Order: sequence, then structure tokens, then C-alpha cells
Amino acid sequence: MLKLQNVNLFYGEIQALWDLSFEIKEGQIAALLGANAAGKSSAINAISGIEKISSGEITLFDKEIHKMSPHEIVEEGIIQVPEGRKLFNYMPIQENLELGAYSKRAKKDFKKNLRFVYDLFPILEERKSQMAGDLSGGQQQMVAIARGLMANPKLLIIDELSLGLAPILVQQLIKDLINIRNTGITILLVEQNVQQSLAIASDAYVLENGRLALSGNATELINDPHLKKAYLGM
Amino acid sequence: MTIVQTLISGILLGGIYSLISMGLNLILGVVRIVNFAHGELLMIAMYISFLFYTTMGLDPYVSAILVIICLFLLGVLTQRFMIQPILDTPASTKIFATLGLSIALQNLALMTLSANHLSVKTSYQTSVINIGELAVSIPRLVAFGAAVGVAVVLYLFLQKTLTGKAIRAVAMQKQAAFLMGINVKRIYLLAFGIGSGLVGLAGALLMPIYSVYPTIGASFILIAFVVVVLGGMGSMFGAFFGGLIIGLVEALSGVIFDPGLKEAIYFVIFIMVLLVRPSGIFSLGKGAEEVGLK
Ligand SMILES: Nc1ncnc2c1ncn2[C@@H]1O[C@H](COP(=O)(O)OP(=O)(O)O)[C@@H](O)[C@H]1O
Ligand SMILES: [Mg+2]
Repeated sequence: MLKLQNVNLFYGEIQALWDLSFEIKEGQIAALLGANAAGKSSAINAISGIEKISSGEITLFDKEIHKMSPHEIVEEGIIQVPEGRKLFNYMPIQENLELGAYSKRAKKDFKKNLRFVYDLFPILEERKSQMAGDLSGGQQQMVAIARGLMANPKLLIIDELSLGLAPILVQQLIKDLINIRNTGITILLVEQNVQQSLAIASDAYVLENGRLALSGNATELINDPHLKKAYLGM
Repeated sequence: MTIVQTLISGILLGGIYSLISMGLNLILGVVRIVNFAHGELLMIAMYISFLFYTTMGLDPYVSAILVIICLFLLGVLTQRFMIQPILDTPASTKIFATLGLSIALQNLALMTLSANHLSVKTSYQTSVINIGELAVSIPRLVAFGAAVGVAVVLYLFLQKTLTGKAIRAVAMQKQAAFLMGINVKRIYLLAFGIGSGLVGLAGALLMPIYSVYPTIGASFILIAFVVVVLGGMGSMFGAFFGGLIIGLVEALSGVIFDPGLKEAIYFVIFIMVLLVRPSGIFSLGKGAEEVGLK
């Protein structure tokens, strides 16, 4: 559904992405992997229109999206849950979710989506009047995912889901992701945590220094000697 | 009794300072621009009000809504054509841009309108309401009432409507606002428009009290900066009460010291707040970066 072709991205003089190409298939969980500073966030910020690419092409169902502004890309159904959650900390959970549904595409399904996220994360409904900034890390990540789901995504991109969370929480959230995928939402999981991501992903892409280093079926990649050496320390 | 009288009249005038400062603070908190031309917007608002009065005989209170609309549009245009193109430039560029606009507008007014003080004549200009032994000036009472009313409406708008929440979201966490599909550029236009519209109302309310001249903005921008520092950057609540406090301080300093010293006293407050509580007395101890609008 989403295709990057020869994408180059610069921050001033510094090139962060080099001829990056990959494609995400509909209905999957895909993983975008790589060490810190590999260019993962840059790649998804290019997809979300936060950073403008200098050359190349990004298409969603063959429609060019790389010249659109971020809010137009949201209307196309690409929603990013950013690294570090970036919640509206001084607003209650409920308002964070309302703002998740700010786009036109989301407003029509507001009630249905709110029910869905509260059923997925019941604790959020219990605490809906609490300030997002006062929640625990795990709960904040739930709010961030729920806020993204309120936007009615076709493709949900989650940047560093596991960052700063206890492994047990991460496992629970990963189970939730499978439930989300089962409702028909495609997911792109962006992670440094290679093992856990490969366990649930169908396809995976590995970035190194802004370039695509490896890609393919997740079960095959787990056994790739280069990946083992570089990321799993084996 | 005269001191109570003076204090009341100071607080009432403070309502106008509140309006101007809330406008400055809204623009600062959302667009992250220090609008040095804010005082000139007030000057323009007063000239527009004066123009409606002389050409159409409209009372400043009647034309207030038109002045607000004019200033809203002027704010939107300023944001679109002057601020938006330089949003990604260093802070110093932005400062010079709005400072330059301020000087340009002042001089434009001096050239085209001369330095004369212009004022309107209204039947209620010198009217007072007597409460016990106190005589309260009607224009000041109206100004205060309108300021409080508008502050409440603005508060409800920012807290309760989706657009208001989007404005706060942009102030609080811009990147997430982008990612939730908020058209951030449009929110900037709206924030600059509303911030300028508040100045429009302030100008209309001032017209029966003050006269207008090309450099009137200079003294009001100074007050607005002191209020914003006092109340906390990005804090609407702080700007509102800060305005009233400065109104009070102004009146007090006129009684205790000398009216000519009031600006020196603002500076003392300004520096003391920056030294003792740089985030402002009403802020949560955090900058606008984190808190956004309150
Ligand atoms: N806004 C920015 N300005 C300049 N350089 C940046 C910016 N964001 C990221 N970079 C640089 O681009 C490279 C890739 O960063 P990033 O995409 O955040 O990697 P990752 O998400 O994989 O950790 C890094 O070297 C980083 O320092
Ligand atoms: Mg990253």
C-alpha cells in the first residue's frame, strides 16, 4: 500500500536518508529496524510529511503523498504515533483522544473509535479525566496509541513503542497491536528492539546510516547472519 | 477615600491592559513570536475607531465590533505575509521583523496622520456612577466589564471547543498537533487574528478615555511585556490578572510616588519577577514550551 522509491532526505547539509526504497503491504505488521540514529524516525517523518524529501517518491495506493502537508497526509489515513509519545501532557486523556480525532476522516467514526480504544485499554476510560502527563510510562504509551487509533488510520506507524517500558508491558502492547492489525489496520513498527519486532512482523526493513541494509521476510531475517551479528550480538 | 477611588480606577483601566496582554501572550504561546508591533496594532485600532467616529459618526462602542474584525484581519494578514515566511528562521530574525514592523508603522502614522493627538467626544466621557462616596468613571467601568466578559469567552473557547483545544495543542506539543492532522498554519493565522482582535477591542474601549497619536503603542507595549512576564509566558490567566495588577500598580505609584515614575516602577517589577520567579507568578513553574496555553 505504501511505497518509498529512492527517497533522499537532508537536514541542511547532512544527508539522513540515501536512496531509500521499500514497500509495506496492506494488512501486515511490518517492522522498520535499525540502531540509534540509523534514520528510522527520519524515514517515517518523511512519510508523515513532517520532513520534506529532496528527491524520490512516496506513494500510498499509487497516489503521491510526498508533496502533501502533514494534515493532508493524515486525511489520507497515515497516522504516526511519535517517538517519546508526545502527548498533550496538560490535557486529560479524553481531550488527547478528541484531538486524535481532529481530522475530517476521523470525526465521522468518533464514537465507534472511542469505544474501540476504551475496550482495548479499559484503564484509559477509568482515568479519562486525568492529565496525560501524570500517567505512568505504559499508560502514556497506551494514550499515544489510542490517540493514533482515534484518527481512523489505514496505516498506523508506531515509533519506538518499547522505549522506556518494562518488557512485560511491551509484550502486552505487542499483543494489543495484533488485535489492532486484526481489525484491518496496517501497522509499521519502528524499533531498535529487533527480536521482539521480528517476532510479530511479517516483513522487516533494516536501516544502517540512512540506507536500507537488509529487508525481507521477518522469519528469514531472524536467521540472517549479518543481522545476528549486528543486532543480536550472536 | 481618594486612594480607594484611585485604586478602583486603576483596576478598571487594568482590564484594558489585560486584553492587550492576553493578545500578546496568545501570539507568543501559539506562534512563538514576540510581536513587538503589538502596540502599533493598538494604535491602528484606535485610529480606525476614530475614523468610524469622524466619518460615520459611530460611537466607539458601536463600532467596536467593526474594529475587532478589522484588527482580526490585519493580524491574519500579518501572520500570513510577514511571519509565516520567516517561521523557520532564527529567533533574532523574527525579533527584527516585528520590531521593524513596529517602527515602520509608527513612522507611517507620523507621516500620514501627523503627530497630533486625536480624540472623540462622547456624552458619557466624563460620566460617573456614584457608589457611596466613590465616583466610578463610566467608560472605565465599561472597559473593565467588556474585558472580563471577553476574557471569560476566550477562556471557554480555548477550553471547551475543538478549535480552542487545537490551538492549545499546537502551543503545547506542535509535532503531535501536526501528526493528529491539525492544520498548524491555519491555527497560527487564527491565533494571530484573535490576538490582534483583542487589541482591536482594547483600542475601541480606550478611545473614549485616551486620545490617539502615532507613538501611543510604545507605552502600551511596555505594559504588555511587563504583564506577560508577571503572569507567565503563555498563561492567559496570568495575563488577565497581571493586567489588573499593573493597572493597580500604576494607580498606586501615581499616588505614592509620582505619575511620571510609573514606567520606572514597571521596570522594577519586570526585573524583580525575572530574578525571583522567571516563569511568572501564575505559571505552574514551567515555561510555555511545556505548558502551552493555560
Ligand atoms: N531535526 C534534525 N536536524 C538535524 N539532524 C537530524 C534531525 N533529526 C535527525 N537528525 C539526524 O539524522 C540522523 C538520523 O536520525 P533519526 O532519523 O532520528 O534516527 P533514528 O530514529 O533511527 O534513531 C541522525 O544522525 C540524527 O542526528
Ligand atoms: Mg528515532
